Amino acid sequence: MESDSAGSVLLLWRRFRRERLALVGTGFIVLLVLLAVFAPILPLRDPNHGYYELLPLDGRPIAPGSVFWLGSDPNGRDLFSRLIWGARISLFIGFIANGMALVVGVIVGTVAAYFGKWVDMILMRFTDVMMAFPVLLFSIALIAILQRGGNVLVIAAVIALFYWTAVARIVRGQVLSLKEVEFIEAARSSGGAPRHILFRHILPHLVPVIIVYGTIGIATSISTESILSFIGIGVQPPTSDWGKMVSDGQSYMFLAPWLVIFPGLMILLTVLAFNLISDGLRDALDPRHRSLVKRVVGGFSAGGQALVTSPRTPVEAESA
Amino acid sequence: MTTYVLRRLVLMVPVAFLVTIGVFMLIHLTPGDPALILLGEDRSPQAIAAIHQQLGLDKPLYVQYLIWLGHIVHGDLGRSITTHQPVTTAIGERLPATLELGAVALIWSLLVAIPLGTIAAVRRGSLADHLATGLAVGGVSIPNFFIGIVLIFFLSVTLRLFPFGGYVPFNQDPFENLRHVILPAIALGTAGAAINMRFTRSSMIEVLNQDYIRTARAKGAPWRRVVFIHALKNALIPVVTIVGLQIGGIIEGAVVTETVFTWPGVGRLAVESIFNRDYTVVQGIVLLAAFSYLIANLLVDLVYGWLDPRISFT
Repeated sequence: MESDSAGSVLLLWRRFRRERLALVGTGFIVLLVLLAVFAPILPLRDPNHGYYELLPLDGRPIAPGSVFWLGSDPNGRDLFSRLIWGARISLFIGFIANGMALVVGVIVGTVAAYFGKWVDMILMRFTDVMMAFPVLLFSIALIAILQRGGNVLVIAAVIALFYWTAVARIVRGQVLSLKEVEFIEAARSSGGAPRHILFRHILPHLVPVIIVYGTIGIATSISTESILSFIGIGVQPPTSDWGKMVSDGQSYMFLAPWLVIFPGLMILLTVLAFNLISDGLRDALDPRHRSLVKRVVGGFSAGGQALVTSPRTPVEAESA
Repeated sequence: MTTYVLRRLVLMVPVAFLVTIGVFMLIHLTPGDPALILLGEDRSPQAIAAIHQQLGLDKPLYVQYLIWLGHIVHGDLGRSITTHQPVTTAIGERLPATLELGAVALIWSLLVAIPLGTIAAVRRGSLADHLATGLAVGGVSIPNFFIGIVLIFFLSVTLRLFPFGGYVPFNQDPFENLRHVILPAIALGTAGAAINMRFTRSSMIEVLNQDYIRTARAKGAPWRRVVFIHALKNALIPVVTIVGLQIGGIIEGAVVTETVFTWPGVGRLAVESIFNRDYTVVQGIVLLAAFSYLIANLLVDLVYGWLDPRISFT
């Protein structure tokens, strides 16, 4: 079955290659990931060091130019270098939070759909409850009460705690339709153990859907993280973080607008890039091209519909 | 219909029940004495004892929960730890500002979404369509605190068209009230505008492909009339769903915008209370937000069935 899964991913990639905007998004993310990963060995200034000696005598922040490419903050810290180091935080939290949400969501969704009956009832009721929680308010309250604002993993876990529900619903829809497919029935009737069927036959078919919703999840996680830091509950200073930089820069908006504009643009561009990628992936899986991808993702749009009912996830199954 | 409503209400009970447990646990799941968390800096033995008695912390956890639940059912959310004001009063004072912000944001999002979505659907592949789709992706990607700051920078600071924050009650000065609400409403409503636009567009495309539209065209109805009267009415049904859920999520959505614009609503109260460690108020707001979402969900389902008679309540 692995070859089948690899084949479907390859098919997805062939269609995805034609989505120009999505490719631009991919390029941006690849570049950002490289910069973030290699930040410690790149010839960057120390992001947390104040180069006071470079500031003018009146202590004003320096505008973008030859001294600091993207300017400095009032503490003489290099904005460019802080943005690159900030990418490490945002991407790390984005990937980790989303990874956790995917693992939980896929397990809950698959188990609920595959075993059905009361298992399905209990798991889906629980998912409903989690969906009813005001994600952002609860995250803020939880992190504040746990008093672990500085801990990146805690922030990622809290974000994941509320975002697995959307994945669980989609995966459940997918597995429900897969269960009716002949080869799964054949495997079941020939006495395949549930674990064998789940891992060898069902999971590989979920891969394309997981990829698509995984990219949206990263975008959502990164923007949630930036909101948490903007409010002042996320990563703590002096660690450079985009949301925190926007919020700190607010008081210097007249004097040094670049302190707000650049970090804000980084959040916007990164979230936009992930959204473009997921859009491209979704188009690659579009029902219009059913003949090509039917075998890969039967009932994709039916599964995607589940997301529509969640106002927290700005996704819709476009019927166009 | 009645049985359907009853069934939905019954199904809501366990969910609502679990939500209250979650909100209750918000304070009690923390390691250590909740009184210490609630008190923050003032940790005198008298204060601790007072909190213990107030919360009934000497009793088993489930008893504490039941007592708390009993109070909630009677509309008593406890008292604020910092101001000693009843939580319901504290929230009640702030709610009108949030509702006003939410309403104007919603109007803004629909004013953008419905015309743009319709044009994009009617002229698919045109420049307007590409523009709309671009705006739709951009609108959900831009963090709303950043929209807020950019708006303040250009429209308030540079052009001096709008005040850069604050609030004037409507009954005090209606004009100033509107001037203050416009920027935060745009910041808050833009993501919604993007989402509603995409829904309008895709739903409109689907409707325009249906037979009755072709019939209307064939019998000679003018195209404008077909689009705006025949098609739009049905195309907006799915939009109602998503708008309903947005209304349910208004308190939470306003958290960030109210912080940026120093708007004295419930969202900002939540953030202030979190930083003041006033967790009874936080509990109250989380509970209110969760229930408004649940109720909106229920209403949306009912309204949907009423708007679209093809859906049967079984």
